[in-house]
Amino acid sequence: MSWAFLRDLLSGVNKYSTGIGRIWVAVVFMFRLLVYVAAAENIWKREHDEFECNIKQPGCENVCFDHFFPVSHIRLWALQLIMVSTPSLLVVFHVAYRENREKQHNQKLYRNPGKIDGGLLCTYLISLILKTGLEIVFLVLFYKLYNGFKIPHLVKCDIKPCPNTVDCYISKPTEKMIFLYFLVATSCLCIVLNLSELSYLIFKYSIKCYLKRHMKKQQ
Amino acid sequence: MDWGALHTILGGVNKHSTSIGKIWLTVLFIFRIMILVVAAEKVWGDEQDDFVCNTLQPGCRNVCYDHFFPISHIRLWALQLIFVSTPALLVAMHVAYRRHEKKRQFRKGDQKSEYKDIEEIRKQRFRIEGSLWWTYTSSIFFRLIFEAVFMYAFYFMYDGFRMPRLMKCNAWPCPNTVDCFVSRPTEKTVFTIFMIAVSSICILLNVAELGYLLTKFFLRRSKKAGNSKQQPNHENKEETKQNEMNELISDSCQNTVIGFSS
Repeated sequence: MSWAFLRDLLSGVNKYSTGIGRIWVAVVFMFRLLVYVAAAENIWKREHDEFECNIKQPGCENVCFDHFFPVSHIRLWALQLIMVSTPSLLVVFHVAYRENREKQHNQKLYRNPGKIDGGLLCTYLISLILKTGLEIVFLVLFYKLYNGFKIPHLVKCDIKPCPNTVDCYISKPTEKMIFLYFLVATSCLCIVLNLSELSYLIFKYSIKCYLKRHMKKQQ
Repeated sequence: MDWGALHTILGGVNKHSTSIGKIWLTVLFIFRIMILVVAAEKVWGDEQDDFVCNTLQPGCRNVCYDHFFPISHIRLWALQLIFVSTPALLVAMHVAYRRHEKKRQFRKGDQKSEYKDIEEIRKQRFRIEGSLWWTYTSSIFFRLIFEAVFMYAFYFMYDGFRMPRLMKCNAWPCPNTVDCFVSRPTEKTVFTIFMIAVSSICILLNVAELGYLLTKFFLRRSKKAGNSKQQPNHENKEETKQNEMNELISDSCQNTVIGFSS
């Protein structure tokens, strides 16, 4: 099990997406997943080893690191990627359910099981809302956990067994900050894409509905 | 998701690029991505561990390293490669959009006479003309921009392309100006110069491809203008060749889309 699994899942989702949905998949693949695997992972690889405190007291470094990094940035990033990709599976499951129904009844119940209409439209809209919501939740979590998106060079720590307030130095703070901003930027881009897709679909289908009603009235 | 996946996605583009485009892709994969993964990552692997400062003051090494290397060479290269590979997807998306439109029209019944069934639309080759030509050309243009921007960022951040052996650092908490020694400076310089050289070659290839496309475009236009004056329905050899090239390019985009969506 690795990122390849997620990549294959999302490729399957691509079939049933709108144009904006496909752009979203491309952004997630190229600018989030690939950047994570090829670059970001290595920056945070030895964060604990390279975290250095100005003290020889055993245990002080461990305790301070744990206090300032309850969940590492890179783990939050990975969780965000997984959570944000998962709602798309709802659409895949719904289409599979439709195809199953057609098989069971041995007749064509839908003009095209993969077309976004009726119940599948609702599922698609729910998946978009969930994706957007999860993106926002993770961004807020990042912000609250780390007091903004800045990573300081130095943190002051006075938790036992540290004998007094000691200076602890974080490794590669500038590089980490650059990639954190990159994460936030791509996250915001994905939120914008999801919201535009949502408004596009709602607009398109309201116009369709309105026109249908108008035609019925005329008849 | 890793460089292998990128190779699969861009491999579809390879079949149907111009010959210069194929050379560009080969250079990208063999001389940049492969070198990055197989060699360069190992050279920079121990960069912070072996960055040694002439002081025992805890934290001085971390701070000095961060000051001199705000973003590591290896990460900058990885980002450059990702950004430079992305414009090819624009073309793939455009072709997919065109195909979607044709399918929609077919279902409505506008083009039943042109195509027997929807499979034929899927396999149809689109000509590189009109908006698709603009997409292809702008993808090359964006590639050029990204390459140039990253090369400049490199030069700006590291004051040239040489890796010095020794750096003098007096950032707090270093007690005074301390000497800090970079690990493997010569090897890093060699690889930096190599990557910059290959980047320049890629820029030249992109410029050549752009020039080639523009030349073909203007030649085609002038031939069409000339033909419409003399014999409106005469299809000359030049146009047949151009059509073949366009079909090849559009086929690539079709396969990219299939590869991307499968």
